[in-house]
Amino acid sequence: MLLLYILYIYSRKGVGILDIIISNSSNQPIYDQIYSQIKNLIISGKLKEGEALPSIRNLAKDLRISVITTKRAYDELERDGFIYTVAGKGCFVAEKNVELIKEENLKKIEEYMQKIAELAAMCNISNDELVGMFQILIKEEE
Amino acid sequence: MNALVIKDLSKAYKGFKLDNISLTLPRGCIMGLIGENGAGKTTTIRLILNSRKRDSGSIEIFGEDNRINFKEKKEDMGVVLDEAYFPDNFTVKQVNVVMKSTYKRWNEELFYRYIDKLSLPHEKAFKEFSRGMKMKLSIAVALSHDAKLLLLDEATSGLDPIARDEILNIINDFTRDESNSVLISSHIVSDLEKICDYIAFLHKGRLVFCEEKDELLEKYGILKCSRADFEAVPPDAVKGVKENNYCIEALVERRRIPSVFSVERASIEDIIVFIAREGTGR
Repeated sequence: MLLLYILYIYSRKGVGILDIIISNSSNQPIYDQIYSQIKNLIISGKLKEGEALPSIRNLAKDLRISVITTKRAYDELERDGFIYTVAGKGCFVAEKNVELIKEENLKKIEEYMQKIAELAAMCNISNDELVGMFQILIKEEE
Repeated sequence: MNALVIKDLSKAYKGFKLDNISLTLPRGCIMGLIGENGAGKTTTIRLILNSRKRDSGSIEIFGEDNRINFKEKKEDMGVVLDEAYFPDNFTVKQVNVVMKSTYKRWNEELFYRYIDKLSLPHEKAFKEFSRGMKMKLSIAVALSHDAKLLLLDEATSGLDPIARDEILNIINDFTRDESNSVLISSHIVSDLEKICDYIAFLHKGRLVFCEEKDELLEKYGILKCSRADFEAVPPDAVKGVKENNYCIEALVERRRIPSVFSVERASIEDIIVFIAREGTGR
């Protein structure tokens, strides 16, 4: 019941409930945790184009983190083209840049491939075997 | 704009000297003043409140010397000292009446909202209040006269964890408005770590550092390793060392430690304990 109420309040403001989880035990700096989590919310489409982000101050106070740190995360998101600021109104999700997202995913694919190559080298699996494995996997998914 | 700017502030008492303190609290931020008992936290706050005369240096509140128009500045400052005092037989209602004639912008409705939020009784006499209730009452008063700068001196010490959390939440909410700022002193470091944007560390009357909290947490880490491994650590990256029979534990600058070492996260408490020990030569 209470949760529904919270949902209601948030949806009225145009900001849905966002999962942003700050870990104090992680070695990843806090601004980077916010940056990457909001970026993922945008890439995955949970935050939609034109949608308002929580204000820097409210996000900082709700998560009990420093305002300065939160601002730094937003600044980097803006610099990288994921959000834009309207003076006096706040921050909004920028138009999805397809190229940017593709680039982001390409980077991830490369990272995984790098790992596959390392693992394969460790146990002497040939390139042909790898390609074969991959083709079987793809067929199964179809 | 800055809420509070302190420059080269000094004040000597018999056996104690506040020595050349400089710090800046930007508007909309919370600064925690940390230090052992007798480090100079209360002296600093008293000087800001103009209740002691400084020997040298300057204090500016909202861009103006704190001694100019002090009566008006009092309206802009909400103050909570470590002892709350109201007349013994006063009730919440009577406090409200007195404050109404004390402060120009007293907000009765807001005051009662805080009273109810903090579950304080309306009819009980002040002398029957617990320490926690007394503290909560003075915080309610400090926040109900439209102050822009909140000064708290050891406001959470001696309270149970739940009462402390309630108070920290209220302070946190106060700064949702970006024109509001807070200076809070405490020796309970974990409380300050929870809510502060900046941490200022006073030690024996001197300011050891005044830095952004998250920057401190990013900058420093705890390294645990054997004595032999410790030789490979650049000495000037080490800010403090604890040794026992089995291993070495050191506060280090993360960026300068070779990546073969695993560096753990340091809490603000770790940072100040290591630095203070180092400063005194253990």
